[in-house]
Amino acid sequence: MSPDLLKLIFGRLGFESLPLHEPIVVGTFVVVALGGAALLGGLTYFRLWGYLWREWFTTVDHKRIGIMYMILGIVMLLRGFADALMMRGQQMLAFGGSEGYLNAHHYDQVFTAHGVIMIFFVAMPLVTGLMNYVVPLQIGARDVSFPFLNNFSFWMTVGGAVLVMASLFIGEFARTGWLAYPPLSNIGYSPDVGVDYYIWALQVAGVGTTLSGINLICTIVKLRCPGMTMMKMPVFTWTSLCTNVLIVASFPVLTVVLALLSLDRYVGTNFFTNDFGGSPMMYVNLIWIWGHPEVYILVLPAFGIFSEVTSTFSGKRLFGYTSMVYATVVITILSYLVWLHHFFTMGSGASVNSFFGITTMIISIPTGAKMFNWLFTMYRGRIRYELPMMWTIAFMLTFVIGGMTGVLLAVPPADFVLHNSLFLIAHFHNVIIGGVVFGAFAGISYWFPKAFGFKLDPFWGKLSFWFWVTGFYLAFMPLYVLGLMGVTRRLRVFDDPSLQIWFVIAAIGAGLVLLGIMCMLVQFAVSFLRREQLKDVTGDPWDARTLEWATSSPPPDYNFAFTPVVHDNDAWWDMKRRGYQRPLTGFRPIHMPSSTGTGIILAGLATAMGFGLIWYIWWLAAVSFIAMLAVGIGHTFNYHRDFDIPADDVIRTEDARTKLLAGAK
Amino acid sequence: MTVAVNPSQTGEPIFYVAEEHPHPEGWSTSLGFWIYLMSDCLIFAILFATFGVLGGNYAAGPAPKDLFDLNLVAVNTSMLLLSSITYGFAMLTMQQNKVAQTQIWLAITGLFGLAFIGIELTEFAHMIHEGATPQRSAFLSAFFTLVGTHGLHVSCGLIWLVTLMVQVGKFGLIEANRRRLMCLSMFWHFLDVVWIGVFTFVYLLGVLR
Repeated sequence: MSPDLLKLIFGRLGFESLPLHEPIVVGTFVVVALGGAALLGGLTYFRLWGYLWREWFTTVDHKRIGIMYMILGIVMLLRGFADALMMRGQQMLAFGGSEGYLNAHHYDQVFTAHGVIMIFFVAMPLVTGLMNYVVPLQIGARDVSFPFLNNFSFWMTVGGAVLVMASLFIGEFARTGWLAYPPLSNIGYSPDVGVDYYIWALQVAGVGTTLSGINLICTIVKLRCPGMTMMKMPVFTWTSLCTNVLIVASFPVLTVVLALLSLDRYVGTNFFTNDFGGSPMMYVNLIWIWGHPEVYILVLPAFGIFSEVTSTFSGKRLFGYTSMVYATVVITILSYLVWLHHFFTMGSGASVNSFFGITTMIISIPTGAKMFNWLFTMYRGRIRYELPMMWTIAFMLTFVIGGMTGVLLAVPPADFVLHNSLFLIAHFHNVIIGGVVFGAFAGISYWFPKAFGFKLDPFWGKLSFWFWVTGFYLAFMPLYVLGLMGVTRRLRVFDDPSLQIWFVIAAIGAGLVLLGIMCMLVQFAVSFLRREQLKDVTGDPWDARTLEWATSSPPPDYNFAFTPVVHDNDAWWDMKRRGYQRPLTGFRPIHMPSSTGTGIILAGLATAMGFGLIWYIWWLAAVSFIAMLAVGIGHTFNYHRDFDIPADDVIRTEDARTKLLAGAK
Repeated sequence: MTVAVNPSQTGEPIFYVAEEHPHPEGWSTSLGFWIYLMSDCLIFAILFATFGVLGGNYAAGPAPKDLFDLNLVAVNTSMLLLSSITYGFAMLTMQQNKVAQTQIWLAITGLFGLAFIGIELTEFAHMIHEGATPQRSAFLSAFFTLVGTHGLHVSCGLIWLVTLMVQVGKFGLIEANRRRLMCLSMFWHFLDVVWIGVFTFVYLLGVLR
């Protein structure tokens, strides 16, 4: 075939795009391919495709979508953590003339992919998954406001993850760092597909995130059960509301800034170029206007989880509910007024820097208020040190350290010394792992019995906990030291041999975290095998306080046979205290949304379009785009999107629960 | 939905709704659509900010004075404003349940929208022909992107309008279709408001600059 025809069909994709010269990548590919083939083969052998399609892929049930988000987050955690181990290994070895084992081309992709994956495809799915699962239950709703949109949002997030994963084996990923600053990310310095993978993965996933934000805001505002005024909402629902407001108010900024970068790369415009009047610093400003709220998007739901856990396991009402709510709202607002602290060294001048330094320091006040609220909740409480509570205490210790180093970095003169050093790396891992990751783990161990009807195995959970916590401190405290000594981030080789010991300690820490992750996987497997012993039939294994514990575990499709009525902040605690009797008769048909395959089809087409644009396969991009329009418009011609669960089915489900509860007593 | 949450006559607290009415279809739609519009508004806000920062960077190329034909833009603006008025008429006739008249007003709205897009494309073609391409300077990059994004929105609105006309023709002014027409109405007027910003800040202030 002529080269022109080949180019028309395959764009710039060719055999040379496959990284066959990188033994590490080829090895990974073999492992992934074998594992993937085994998984797909197994699914086919056990004839599970139909079940997965009907019950999971096309579902609009917020609980199942929530679980799928969690699975996506945990799977991507393995990928992101593999990148972390590679970096720790490289930095530990590359001393005394050694080049380590990663070449610069590969190493730069590794640290970029690590950051992108951990934020967008681990932390975001974990947080979104928990919100999706828990919020409708906590507010006594049957589902979210827009169930189809929810399914579509999830699959768009998966589409983004698929593009990032594809970059590992087809072509390469960006070598720019996780925010892809121009001019490095512009076509002149990054002519290959790496930055295009970055752009389209984030654009596809970003659509999903924005829509899911709109969806959850509407759910919380419009679907609360009778009696649940705003100031009676559980704190997790409050933090979710604030997080989703932040999502809707910040992700469009990311969409635009990436769109402008793509125009620079594809069309040759001059937004972020160095000539023809472009300004690379525009990009840095704009992306941090999204980027700073993003870290609060991640950590606010974690704060909500810790609030629920602390109150439940201390057996007390949350201390300072009102101040907790206002602290959350204040953080939401302040998170928009601090973005410039990410580049004090840009040279904005003393006045601008001091403004942003001060606003940054002010954020520590509402955050500190929250910390004291948790402490006072525990004070004189009858604390039960179950797994979720252990993660919460680890969070409180770790997050305070991370918060203090953050305030230190907020001081502009100090930042001039510490900017882009390993001190910064230690700081944000300190708050993101200590806050978001520990929060997600507290949430997983807290709500797992709700989702599956049995608790997680405590032995393996505690083992995982101790490996994680000690591993975290060993891995990141040395980075503070190195940062203070002036070591900058993203370095591949080192000259000064006296630094090596700190990198060795950090690598040992990363090894311990690896053990922690493995113990967690073992914990899931062991818990599944021992599910009969770990079973909970009451639906309320922790003697908890909010509405999600009022229904069975796992909850029925319709969540609540009758919509609950709320009189108190801790609605379920109030119901238990005042002798609530579960209704046994009078069930009615329940109106529910129906499943649809449109979400996964649209997201698949969007991913194909992204792939086409990355590789300049224009026909693929055009065909997928037109197909998306057609499928989307076709979907609007379906006016019958819901059905009734017959009363008989409700009666059967509720009677089964009555029997279970009778057996438990 | 209002439910008494106070203790019932017997003094026992009520913990669940026995007589339940599900939320009507589309219960959250208008709120959801408003929030979507605000997120879209933010997209325009960033594009305006970008234009504000880069709009004076001509890179020794053409400036607004050399490029903009205010008469043409005035005609174009009136096309869009008129389309908003006719969309308003469509909504009024929709309230009176007159299918045929609603369709006619929607069609007129669509024609005005099409005229707007047509004039805009002519303007773009003319500018590019004169060498004022999006690649020429940061000012032109920001100009084409801001105005083009608005035009892209109007084009999406046109596709949406045609779809809704087909659906109204097929199923009549049923509740779901009224809700959809309402959403498109908000979208259409929103684009009008954005255009007023474009007209003022890009064209009028540009010529004064």
